[in-house]
Parts: sequence; C-alpha cells; structure tokens
Amino acid sequence: MLTANEAARKKAYKVISVIVLVILAFLFLFPLYWIITGAFKPSVDIYNPKPVWWPTEWVKTNFNDLFNKRTAPLWELAVPFSQFFTDSHKPLIWSTGPVLPAAFRWLINTVFMSVAAMLLTCVTAAMAGYALAKKRFRGRAIVFSLIVCAMALPKQVILIPLLKEMAGLHMYDTLWAVILPTVGWPFGVFLMKQFSESIPGEILEAARVDGSSEFRTFSTIVIPMVKPGIGALAIFTFINAWNDYFMQLVMLPSGSNSTISLGISTLQNDTTVNMGLLMAGAALAAVPIIIVFLIFQKYFTQGITMGAVKG
Amino acid sequence: MSRALQRREDVAGYLFMLPSLIFFVGFVIIPMFICIFTSLTASNMNDTTMFGQFVGLKNFAKLFEDKVFQKGLVNTFIIVIVSVPTVCAFSLWVGSAIYKLNNVALSAFRCIFYLPVVTGSVAVTVVWRWMYDNYTGILNTALKGAGLIEQNINWLGDPKTALGCIIVILFTTSVGQPIVLYVSALGNVDTTLIEAAEVDGATDMQVFWQVKWPQMMPTTLYILVITTINSFQCFALIQLLTQGGPNHSTDTVMYYIYYTAFKLTEQAGHFGYANAMGVVLAIFIGIMSAIQFRLAKEK
Repeated sequence: MLTANEAARKKAYKVISVIVLVILAFLFLFPLYWIITGAFKPSVDIYNPKPVWWPTEWVKTNFNDLFNKRTAPLWELAVPFSQFFTDSHKPLIWSTGPVLPAAFRWLINTVFMSVAAMLLTCVTAAMAGYALAKKRFRGRAIVFSLIVCAMALPKQVILIPLLKEMAGLHMYDTLWAVILPTVGWPFGVFLMKQFSESIPGEILEAARVDGSSEFRTFSTIVIPMVKPGIGALAIFTFINAWNDYFMQLVMLPSGSNSTISLGISTLQNDTTVNMGLLMAGAALAAVPIIIVFLIFQKYFTQGITMGAVKG
Repeated sequence: MSRALQRREDVAGYLFMLPSLIFFVGFVIIPMFICIFTSLTASNMNDTTMFGQFVGLKNFAKLFEDKVFQKGLVNTFIIVIVSVPTVCAFSLWVGSAIYKLNNVALSAFRCIFYLPVVTGSVAVTVVWRWMYDNYTGILNTALKGAGLIEQNINWLGDPKTALGCIIVILFTTSVGQPIVLYVSALGNVDTTLIEAAEVDGATDMQVFWQVKWPQMMPTTLYILVITTINSFQCFALIQLLTQGGPNHSTDTVMYYIYYTAFKLTEQAGHFGYANAMGVVLAIFIGIMSAIQFRLAKEK
C-alpha cells in the first residue's frame, strides 16, 4: 500500500516530468518555428543582433529572392534508355517544360525521385518479404543472413563504387542514380518479411489446394494482409529518399537535376549568406515532407517498431 | 517435402525474390565488392576502367601515416562515445515519461521529437547555422541574456566548441526513432509481472530496473546499433556547417572519405584511398556492433 507521503512524491515527480517534457518539446520545435518565421522576416529583423521573436512585418521578399535567383525548365523528359544510343551518352530530351523558378524544378525532381523509389521499393520488398517468410526455398537462410549483414553496414561507404557503377551505366547525374540504390537497400525486404510472418500458413495452403496460382495467391491474399506493412514502408522510403542528402550530393553533381536539399545547400555556398533566403528555402524543403509525415505518422511509427521489435 | 513440391517452392521463392535481388545485388552487393577491391588499387576518378592499378595494401599503410585521417578517427569516436549513451539515456527517459500519457499527448510528444528527423538534414542545418551565428545568432543572445557568457562566442569558428555544436545537432536528429521504439517496448512489457512486483512492495525504481529494463533489452540493443551506425556516418551536418574546419577540429572519417574522393585538390578523385577508409570504417562499425551484441547477451 502507498503511504500518503509516497503518493505525494509520485504525483510531484509526474508533474515535474511533464513540465520538463513541455520545455523540451518547445526546444525541439524551436528550429522549425525559426525557419518558418525567418522565411517571412524582412532583412531588418534578420540582421538585428537582438533576435526578433515574431516578424515585425510578414514579407514575401525572401521567397521572391528564392524564386528569382535561378530559373530552370519545369521538367525535361528523356526518352528511356536513349543514353545508350547517343554519341555523348546524354539522354534524348523529348519534352521540355516552361522555364520557371528553379525551386519548382527542384521540388518536382524531389517528388519524382521519392515517389519512384517508394513504388519500386514497395513492390519488390513486398514480393521478397513474402517469399522469405512463407516460401521454403533452398538458400533462403543464406539470402536472409546476407540481407541482415548488409543492413548493419554503413550505406555511405559504398557510394563511391556506386558512382563508378552509375557512370558505367550512363545514369550518373540522373535521378535514377539516386532511385535505384535506394530500392536496393534491404531494409524494406526485412520489414516486409516481419509483416508477412503473421500470415497464417493454412490460408495459403487452402489457396494452393483450390488451385490458385502463386501470383494470384500473392495478389489476392497476401497483399491485403500485409497492407499496413506496405503503408509503413511506403512512408518510410518516401521520407528517407527525400532527405538522403549525401546520396543526392554524390550522384547529382551538375545541378540540372538538382533536388530541393541540394538546391538549398548551393544557396548556402554563395559568398554572402542571406539567412532570410536560406530560411525560405528550408521552409520549402521541410514543410511538404512534414505534412506528409503528419498525415501518415500512424503507419510510420508502426513500421519503425515492427522492424525492431521482431528483429 | 516431396521433390516436386520442393522444386515448386524453389521456383516460386526465387521468382518472388528476383526483382528485389536484382536491385540488392546490383546496387549493394556489387558496389561492396568493388569497394573492397578498389581499396587495394590506385583507382581514381579519371580512370577509364573500373579498377585502377593494383597496389596491394599501400592505401591502408598510408592511412597509418595520415594525420588528418587519424584526427578524423578520433573525432568520429568522440562523437560516437558522447552521442550514443546520451541519445539512449534521453530517449529512455522520454519514452518512460510519455508512454503512460493519454493518446493525444503521447502522439503529440512522439511527433515533436521525431520532427527534426523528418525536417531533413539540410533544412535543420541551415537553421542551426543561423542560431549559432556569431553576430545574429540567437544562442549568443540567449546566453548573454541569462548572464552565462559575456562575450559573443563564435560557436562554429572556434575549434574548442565546433565539435560540440555538431554533436548537439546530431543529438536532436537522433532521438526520434529511439523514443518511438522505447514507447512501444514499454507498452509491450508484461503487465502481470509489474503488478506482481508492486504487490510484493517493489518501488517504482525497482520495478523499472528489474522488471521492465530486462524485457526491453532487445530494443535497447537495436537502438544502440542504429545510433552507433548513424553517429559513425555523421556527414551532412559537417559538410554543410564546418567542412571539417576550423583546423580539422570537426573532421570525421565519413567527411574525409568524401573530401578525398571529391574535394582534395592535389589528389582529387582518389577513389582507391577513399575506399580504403570506407573499409576501415565498416570494420570499426562491425566491431562496435559485435561488442554491443556480446555485452547485451551477457546481461
């Protein structure tokens, strides 16, 4: 039984811990607050040695600077595989969009890259995860341990060899040089294997007895059952691809296929740093992905947990 | 299992594995072997062939004399040794403080601590760069206002503080995932055991360390491994904020690999040497993970 004294102490600890948590939450939110308010501050506020907590006036100049600084065609669509047939190994462009501020192109590139990586990862990982969990094929244990070992290795150390490989495939400096290695990273297979383990074997057996083909069993029975896993993996891959700065930096050197992260980092390297401009760029990069995260965060936390707890 | 059935399983298994294996072998396994092999060659950016001239272990021998690499190794270890325990302890405390809150508060806190990860390293870095700024940064003003410092500190420009600044940012972008994991691990702890311990008169502290903590060991191990790997790979922050400076005080192995491969003027594109460093880094991470597994098993 608790004495009154102990109960009071417990209560006090609880109150204090909530207060500390709230303070910490404010500290963690502060950089984001600073980005968003900074993006709308006039330069008087930005260069004021005394910090201006709330913009004295909300202005769009930083965004105007960002959009007027560089321009680029909104899209450039290449004929698939054409880089293998042209003399310069540059792809043939068959459609070019209207010339608009480069920031829009960066966003389109980033969205395309993240969505493509997400779709390819989900399809390949769902299939492979199902096979690893439910198919007793020979060599399964070896394949699975290879996948687990690869996951523990630092992804970045293979970037330089990847660069050479991409150059050999004439894909260096295209978005595919970022997309394909992202799909190859085995975390997705591992995650989908964890989710597929929970499919009851009897259902699969029954489908087989009924003469359902392997592919039909997969698409009509397996997929609906691992849907939460696919959701988690989709959002996870999308955010990782969006934010994988190192890979983008190494694979996309010329700037014509720049992503939003790369675009902002080049703004930073200009000689005179304009903090307002940088904050506008940071807001443009961060806000879309944060919105995506907030909408799908339920799947996301589920996915991270699944990868670890059952691992 | 009959042979026909086994063959059917083999065929189906490999067909389902095939798309994923193409990507995995093509863009993970093959580069890994190229990495190991080129670490033994003088390969560079302008080579027309995949591999340069074979030089044996010369690249590795050179590493032992490379002062910058050694400094980078020391800094990398400082980052790992400081950030891994603090990240784990912090996320364990936050996790245990929030997991019993109501659902709304729980997801709000979980989201907030995860936000720096989602925001992305570039956006996070540019705003911290401004907050650390010598003249217009908020950190100097706040600390002066609180009476903690008298003079503005050039946080990123001073070799004494620069590495610490990097570690602080790394910390904020590292705790998100461990907190999510600890919250769910704490939620999964067997409640009958906790009740039994409470009936026997165990204090909260005893319940935590003797009932909950052992059950969370797999989660803790996973968190240790991923945090270690992340800390070893700390790159974006350094490339964007200090580029290894001032005076190599924030050089890490990962940044030096990038620098050797793409930036170093007299030997730019020295891929063989950079890959040798990559191999060494991978070995270090492997050893650290193995040690953590061993320690966790003993407990």
